[in-house]
Amino acid sequence: MSVLPYLAAGWIFLIGVYGLVTSRNLIHAVGCLTVTQSSTYVLLVAIGYRRGGTAPVFSDLPPGARVVDPVVQALALTDIVVGATVTALLLALVVQLRKRHGTVDPDKLAELRG
Amino acid sequence: MSRPVRLWVFLVGAVLVAALYAWACFDLPSFGGDHHPYGDRAVRTALAQHTANAVSSVNFDQRAFDTLGEQTILFAAVLGTVVLLRQVRGERRTDPTPAPVADRVRWFGVLMLPVALVVGFYVVAHGPLSPGGGFQGGIVLATALHLLYIAADYRALERIRPVGLYEVGDAVGEAAYVVTGLAAVLAGSAFLANVVPHGTFNTLSSGGTVAVLNIAVGMEVACGIIVLLARFLDQAVEIEETAEETGAR
Repeated sequence: MSVLPYLAAGWIFLIGVYGLVTSRNLIHAVGCLTVTQSSTYVLLVAIGYRRGGTAPVFSDLPPGARVVDPVVQALALTDIVVGATVTALLLALVVQLRKRHGTVDPDKLAELRG
Repeated sequence: MSRPVRLWVFLVGAVLVAALYAWACFDLPSFGGDHHPYGDRAVRTALAQHTANAVSSVNFDQRAFDTLGEQTILFAAVLGTVVLLRQVRGERRTDPTPAPVADRVRWFGVLMLPVALVVGFYVVAHGPLSPGGGFQGGIVLATALHLLYIAADYRALERIRPVGLYEVGDAVGEAAYVVTGLAAVLAGSAFLANVVPHGTFNTLSSGGTVAVLNIAVGMEVACGIIVLLARFLDQAVEIEETAEETGAR
């Protein structure tokens, strides 16, 4: 089935959002956001795949060899870097929230202050 | 919004998104197909620019301006974390106490630290040639340093990790990227254009500015991640709340 990898990406996205919606712990929520984002890696790499293609690195390949799409791989790299740094920033926010309010449960935070 | 209501809103939205997404998937070019117009052009350009690693060529040559944006996001995130995780009023620093480390762990750390550092520099330097580059190598370098935390203790790590210096390194890496771009402008070309001679294909000096930008990014990522981890480790190991702050809650 040729759409299965695309559908897998969609499934990972939805399962991540489900985790975000039902989360009772902000650290868990940040983890879910990372899962949600990883669906984009799957989608990007799936779109760039060429049947029988190898990595687009020509140090040991003849020019004109059958390779997968390097553009989406570069995009996935950008995606991973941005994802990792944003995760760090969000975790720092959670540390501060815990210090200020003494809880990391998003529902209890909403009760504390508007 | 109560939890059951929230779950129902999610389920309705999820079913709609899933249906639309699946519909869209069936109209996408089929998986593993041969139609990659951008990929083919990117590979052609990479070979013309003497950059063996086409992914590096896309990141640091063909889309170098976008990578500047990406790098700035990294820079801003590190800055934000430093601001968020500073020592605030009502907190004090305590000296971390050394913890006992098993001999095997100590030896593993001592043996692996130089190996990991060399691998990190290798991955950064060979960015234009083989899989890897500034981002990946920078992460390896930053993690290599933290082997010392596992093998010895926090104080040993602090001795080889003057955070202020790495903060400067982070900024220098970012600045080097912009300066490389401006140098291309001074040479009479566009910002971040690859104006340096491209060198012999598949050698360390090939790829023109790709190699330079890789090193700039490697420096920024390595320093940035070290600063980032230092702030988190500070919170975990050194910074403690004083009694009055705990009582105020």
